[in-house]
Amino acid sequence: MRMSIKEKVLKTAFIDTLPILVAFLILGMGFGVLMSNAGYSPFFVFLMSAFIYAGSMQFVAVSLIAAKVMPITALLMTFLVNARHIFYGLSLLERYQYTGKLKPYLIFGLTDETYSLVCNPSHVTNENKTAYYFLVTLLNHLYWIAGGLIGSVLGNVIPFNSKGIEFSMTALFTVIFLEQWRDTKDHAPVLVGIVSTVAARIVFGPDHFLIAAMILIAVSLLLLLHRRKGEDHFA
Amino acid sequence: MPDTHDLILVAVIAAGTAVTRFLPFLLFPPGRKKPRWLLRLSNVLPSAVIAMLIVYCLKDVYFSKTQGFLPELISLAVVFLLHLWKRQSLLSIVGGTICYMVLIQHFFNH
Repeated sequence: MRMSIKEKVLKTAFIDTLPILVAFLILGMGFGVLMSNAGYSPFFVFLMSAFIYAGSMQFVAVSLIAAKVMPITALLMTFLVNARHIFYGLSLLERYQYTGKLKPYLIFGLTDETYSLVCNPSHVTNENKTAYYFLVTLLNHLYWIAGGLIGSVLGNVIPFNSKGIEFSMTALFTVIFLEQWRDTKDHAPVLVGIVSTVAARIVFGPDHFLIAAMILIAVSLLLLLHRRKGEDHFA
Repeated sequence: MPDTHDLILVAVIAAGTAVTRFLPFLLFPPGRKKPRWLLRLSNVLPSAVIAMLIVYCLKDVYFSKTQGFLPELISLAVVFLLHLWKRQSLLSIVGGTICYMVLIQHFFNH
């Protein structure tokens, strides 16, 4: 049976998001369990997963809500934890320019995992890219909500020892890294990314290095581009 | 049960998250001409950011004991080798993750 183009895009999006399905169900369940232990209903878990939709921030939010912090504290914490999203938007300005009515939803749903797929859509033709972006964003969003609800309803009844499952995210990013490495001859930006982040991690420790890493990456890349522009000039 | 304060916090966190995602698009709407440096930067950012995310995932690695880095190192090697061998993303990801889970659950107790 021949598949229509829409079915093909859906199939591609589904296959690409499979690792995220597994990880989001399990991480989402972890979040749901945490919330249910703190005494919150599945509906509240749904609200958070549907409208905040930011994995690491939601885990931070559990403790912020439990501690009943002031709204301004929660807001500043949110900016700190999520500042990396600004990078995603900057690099997708062109790609998301002609996505029409779907654009606000695509931007709203821009998690790390969704970004990692949309910034590297190798097997989709140009006309179908918007549909692909939308389906990847929507599927990931649904996986995350489903995980939270399951965890929140089932409480602590997790059928197997899921310790270490979080490595699936590391593996996903590593695979995308390898694909990008294969697709380009220009490896300098990747090396800038690694060196800057490792340096920031060493200097600032595991909990406060991401913003420093981002500033270092942006400055180094701009210097690199500036130097190259100079070289082009003389060529 | 969530009280009003809980709901306000969720609304604030949701709004703050949305701001971080929408900000670049609000600063540079389609009509406005983007500076050349920004266009060049946006071409090289994705690969640097993926590298950043990998390091971010490995932020809790430490080198004073073998269990602090060896499970991660072995599992990353598995992802690399599987991917260079078959180039099937799902296989590389699932293989590396199972390897990591087995290692930290049975061989390296944190």
